[in-house]
Amino acid sequence: MRRLFAIILVCALIAGIGVGCKAKTGVVNLGGIFPMTGASATFGTSSKQGVAMAVEEFNTAGGATVGGVATTINYINEDDAGDPAVGASAAHKLIDQDKVIGIIGAVMSKVTLAVAPIAQDAGVPEISPTSTNEAVTLVGDYIFRACFIDPFQGKVMANYAYNTLKVKTAAVLYDNGNDYPKGLAEAFKASFESLGGKIVAYEAFTDEATTIDYKAQLTTIKAAKPEFLYLPNYYGGAALQLKQAREMGLNVPAGGGDGWDSPELVTIGGAAVEGGVFSNHFSKDDKSPKVQDFVAKYTTKYGAAPDALAALAYDAAGLFLDAFKTCGSIKGSDIRDAMKNTTFSGIGGAYKFDANRNPIKAAVILQIKNGQQTFLMTVNP
Amino acid sequence: MGQFLQQLINGIQIGSIYALIALGYTMVYGIVRLINFAHADIFMFGAYMGFFLAPKMAMIFGGAFVPTIIAAMLITGLLGFIMEKLAYRPLRYKSRLSALITALGVSIFLENFCAMDFVLFGVHFVFGPTYRKFPDLIVAKNIPIPGNLGLNISNVLLLDVGVSVILMVLLFWFVNKTLIGKQMRAVAFDKPTASLMGINIDVVISTAFIVGPALAGAGGILYGTTYGMLASPFLGIWPGLKAFIAAVLGGIGNIPGAVLGAYIMGISEAFATSVNSNLGYGIAFAILIGILLIRPSGLLGKFMPEKV
Repeated sequence: MRRLFAIILVCALIAGIGVGCKAKTGVVNLGGIFPMTGASATFGTSSKQGVAMAVEEFNTAGGATVGGVATTINYINEDDAGDPAVGASAAHKLIDQDKVIGIIGAVMSKVTLAVAPIAQDAGVPEISPTSTNEAVTLVGDYIFRACFIDPFQGKVMANYAYNTLKVKTAAVLYDNGNDYPKGLAEAFKASFESLGGKIVAYEAFTDEATTIDYKAQLTTIKAAKPEFLYLPNYYGGAALQLKQAREMGLNVPAGGGDGWDSPELVTIGGAAVEGGVFSNHFSKDDKSPKVQDFVAKYTTKYGAAPDALAALAYDAAGLFLDAFKTCGSIKGSDIRDAMKNTTFSGIGGAYKFDANRNPIKAAVILQIKNGQQTFLMTVNP
Repeated sequence: MGQFLQQLINGIQIGSIYALIALGYTMVYGIVRLINFAHADIFMFGAYMGFFLAPKMAMIFGGAFVPTIIAAMLITGLLGFIMEKLAYRPLRYKSRLSALITALGVSIFLENFCAMDFVLFGVHFVFGPTYRKFPDLIVAKNIPIPGNLGLNISNVLLLDVGVSVILMVLLFWFVNKTLIGKQMRAVAFDKPTASLMGINIDVVISTAFIVGPALAGAGGILYGTTYGMLASPFLGIWPGLKAFIAAVLGGIGNIPGAVLGAYIMGISEAFATSVNSNLGYGIAFAILIGILLIRPSGLLGKFMPEKV
């Protein structure tokens, strides 16, 4: 009985606010779809916190002006449990029931691929902070993402190796049973060669989870005398590969992609991974004031430093809200057009979309120093 | 030339580990005509025993490698003994297919049981599905090789080959010179007759199920020492599969055959990978199929092979 009373009271209050404010300001709904439960729950928590922070800042700054009315955002977060089917029903709920003007999410590519067709059909812009699969934005022109896609990392590392390390030859060892390392390896090879470098060895293995001995490939690589070793694999494989390379006396600098982003890399690789560099979306040690400001604010608000997911979610929401503000309309097509032409500058650098609505933006390069990931530099595309 | 020799060395190193596993397959097959699929998981168990025991052994004995490998061999030997008693003995005189399926069941059980992360009072009782760093039992060092071939030989490699060879010599001595070894050969040759001659078949079979797994346990320790990482309790599957093929290649049931097959397997894998890393294992397996086409009973398998 008391609960019912409380609910009625809350409803009355909300209705009262609605009536009271209608004259001066408007409120529109913005949806979020993230895995709040299940195996990737930490991804969801970080992402939701990033979006919530961006929305809060947007509202504090006065929101947007739609048809002369100051409009703020009401953020509605939905759980996809890491399941495409759950994500799809969350999308229906947000679009049909809550009439959201846009959707931020999801984290995993498989979920985003289930949500995107629904958003596309309804004409609701969607931006995923972290889904790297190329197919995601190909669903339609209402679908965007805030992270770079896999091949871009290969390009970044090729640039770094050729222009910063000044190496002219490189070797690649990658998992040919997985699209992620394969995409990075191919992009690295193409970029490095177009810069004028030479790939002296391009070796593969199949399935990182079951391969443990890389000495045969490394022997071939060592004989080719590369000046740089590119290992675009996940942390476990990369650590073993580097360990075996160092044991064989192959002591050239090595690099990888964001698959290296785990403390386990150092636990397993030990001294062998020391000095290794890898590309990533974001580093909390980036010295730029924008990043440091974000890290400080986020840490005060949530009591922990932000990870890459929080940063990208914050940027995705920021980019969407910026476009919303620019166009001053709640129509999906207007927001979409504003997003396409965005010049939003977030903590992950300046955003600009290519024809497939993938951002062209900077990556960071991190280096393992004394067993810690340290920020090295930001690389612009 | 240097590269050729280096690949040969790589192949011999991995072949040594395959050999220790292959011996267990071939011994058990020789005596009870059972392909013990759970053997690969005993190898995995041995590797994880090293992971858990090495720090304690280092504390008690100072050095870790020798006590760890002995302890792991004892434990995996015991595991093999229990496995035979519980899972295979009740089915010994049933159809061969039942035993084979039971072996698969034991294998799946061991893998998935060990993959659980079962914690009681803050102690991990099984191994869990995450990467484990294997303790550094010995510090890897390169041994300089005179000449300019650019060869790399590490102390770990010498250890792998050395320990395998020592254990294999011990096994040959055990099978050929001891009384129980002679009994094993007799049972492998003709079970009913051996039984009539007063040989206790249960003891002989149990011995095979202790010695084979103990060798696999030693292989597990070498594996952990060489690579420094245990990926998951499923890590035995591929080495086990390759060792099984090696045993078939050498002539299953034949002890020198298993060793020969394992080295051929390791070396052909290394060379195939160096020729084309994309085809790697595929070429290695094609070579093996080729050999089996010419000699269907394996390299050293005879029409009436001398089995143990």
